[in-house]
Amino acid sequence: MRLSKTELILLGVAVLLAAGGVIAPQWLVFLLTMALAKAMVVQGVVMQMRAGLVTFGQGLFFCVGGYAVGMSGHFLNISDLVVLLLIGVGAAVLLAMVLGLLMTRYREIFFAMLSLAFSMILYGVLVKSSALGSTDGFNVKAWTLFGWTPAAGQAPLALFIIIVACSGLLAVLLHRYSRSSAGMMCEAIRENEVRVEYLGQSPRWVLYMNYVAAAAVSALGGGFMALSAGHIDPEMAYWITSGEFVFIALLGGTAHVAAPFIAAILFAVVRTYAIELVPHSWQMILGFTLLAIIVFLPKGLWSLFTGQARRAKA
Amino acid sequence: MSLFAVLIDGTIYASWLFLVAAGLTVIYGVMRILNMAHGSFYAIGAYTAASLVGWYFNNGIGPVWVGYLMMLGCALVAGLIVGLIIERGLLRFMYGRDEVLMVIITYALLLILEDTMKMIWGVNPYFAYQPYAEMGRSALAGLKVSNYDLMLVGVSAVLGLGLWLWLERTNQGKVLRAVIHDREVAMAMGVNVRRMFTLVFVLGTMLGTLAGALTAPAISVVPGIGVEIIVLAFAVVVIGGMGSIEGAAVGALLVGLSRAAAVHYAPEFELFVIYGVMALVLAVRPQGLFGRVLARKI
Repeated sequence: MRLSKTELILLGVAVLLAAGGVIAPQWLVFLLTMALAKAMVVQGVVMQMRAGLVTFGQGLFFCVGGYAVGMSGHFLNISDLVVLLLIGVGAAVLLAMVLGLLMTRYREIFFAMLSLAFSMILYGVLVKSSALGSTDGFNVKAWTLFGWTPAAGQAPLALFIIIVACSGLLAVLLHRYSRSSAGMMCEAIRENEVRVEYLGQSPRWVLYMNYVAAAAVSALGGGFMALSAGHIDPEMAYWITSGEFVFIALLGGTAHVAAPFIAAILFAVVRTYAIELVPHSWQMILGFTLLAIIVFLPKGLWSLFTGQARRAKA
Repeated sequence: MSLFAVLIDGTIYASWLFLVAAGLTVIYGVMRILNMAHGSFYAIGAYTAASLVGWYFNNGIGPVWVGYLMMLGCALVAGLIVGLIIERGLLRFMYGRDEVLMVIITYALLLILEDTMKMIWGVNPYFAYQPYAEMGRSALAGLKVSNYDLMLVGVSAVLGLGLWLWLERTNQGKVLRAVIHDREVAMAMGVNVRRMFTLVFVLGTMLGTLAGALTAPAISVVPGIGVEIIVLAFAVVVIGGMGSIEGAAVGALLVGLSRAAAVHYAPEFELFVIYGVMALVLAVRPQGLFGRVLARKI
């Protein structure tokens, strides 16, 4: 496997980030872990945005990933991190394979509404299931890795290094995907779906695969979130959570695979300080930022690096 | 007996849902804006009414009926002001953009309005139970039902009928339907579409604040009530077909009755039922029960 320059840079940054985690204070390590977990979900949103679909329900797969990890720990007594994450991703993929059959028939606002409806259904079910702690959710058991149990202080750093490694690999994979024929097809569908059909391709099939893949990526983020926060609750499927993912996706833009990661980290850092300094104006800051991005930077913060800020129109 | 209770509960809940969803569907029908900030309009109405009416009754200022008038009046004024500011100050610069982008823009508005309300009214709950309590209860075939809830059913019916008559039987309504049907042709025929947009947006906002004000006596007004109801309102509007008044009425009845049935027979499915119905209708008829099918354009 030969790596291009961009891919080498992505992996290099991941190695640097992991090394930085060793000397960084614990709160920063924790914050970055959460940010990267969210960034994975945002990658799922961005994958669909590249195909012209805005989902207001990616929290569904975020939640499924998280709950699958938490429940496997509780009811099946599985503690191995890799197995747990695989179960989370597998559960989301199965669900997406079923829902995808329906979702791929819809575009634009109907897609947004239907994805919202499905995630709210899960929210409604979880809120009412007392066995899973209703609105409070439940605590996730501590994880192990191939028989190794991290000591009390080690777990956050170890998890950070694992998630950085996963993010690096994911970034390379998604970078390749966006340049593969399937990835290119997604952009063609966004531009003009009917023409793609005339070219003899099936937009539904492309979108279906894209939907399932996006669900898998988002569920991985949900799994990591459950393991790092050590707690899961139905809020993960609430529409405000999904709205946050859309926000981060727009903040970064869809132009480059690194954009969601940068945007998610920026979001987490700014949020930490904003909630500290102006607790009741945090949402307002978000709102004005969102409007500013839509008006001035329709291609997201990434366009600042490429100089397309002025020329590009959404 | 139980079935009767479901019917009564369902009708009351449905009329409340219709009040909440009416403004949303009117705005979408004419402007093609799925307004996420509608929940905030509802909350603004609830806060305005709760703070003013609570103050009025707690100080025993005047007769009871003035309190009711005040409740309605302040909601309408608040809606007028907020609607005008938002339409003139922001939305008119955004017309012509993608529908999904408009959803995100109104989502930004929702975030801004949520915090604005916290700044104005703080985070403590407001109560204005007096209008609810003053009306008392009556017995319907052995069921104790609050008169205020029954009044809501009446208000909702009158409002729905009024909106329908306005759209179907007046000249202005005819012009509006022309805009709904084809914006560009309407514009070519000399309709001032921009003025229609302002009118409709302010009307939709006022319907939202009115719904909030009418709900305020029955609940404790706290931050986040707007965020909670917006997805409910979406469900109602989507089921009926976005932009259709009679659709919203049918959607409200469908959701209201199924929720009441769920609450009585299987309480753990309360929320599931609402979004389940929404997903089911979308899956079978994505344009909603009363929506029009649009041809694909290249």
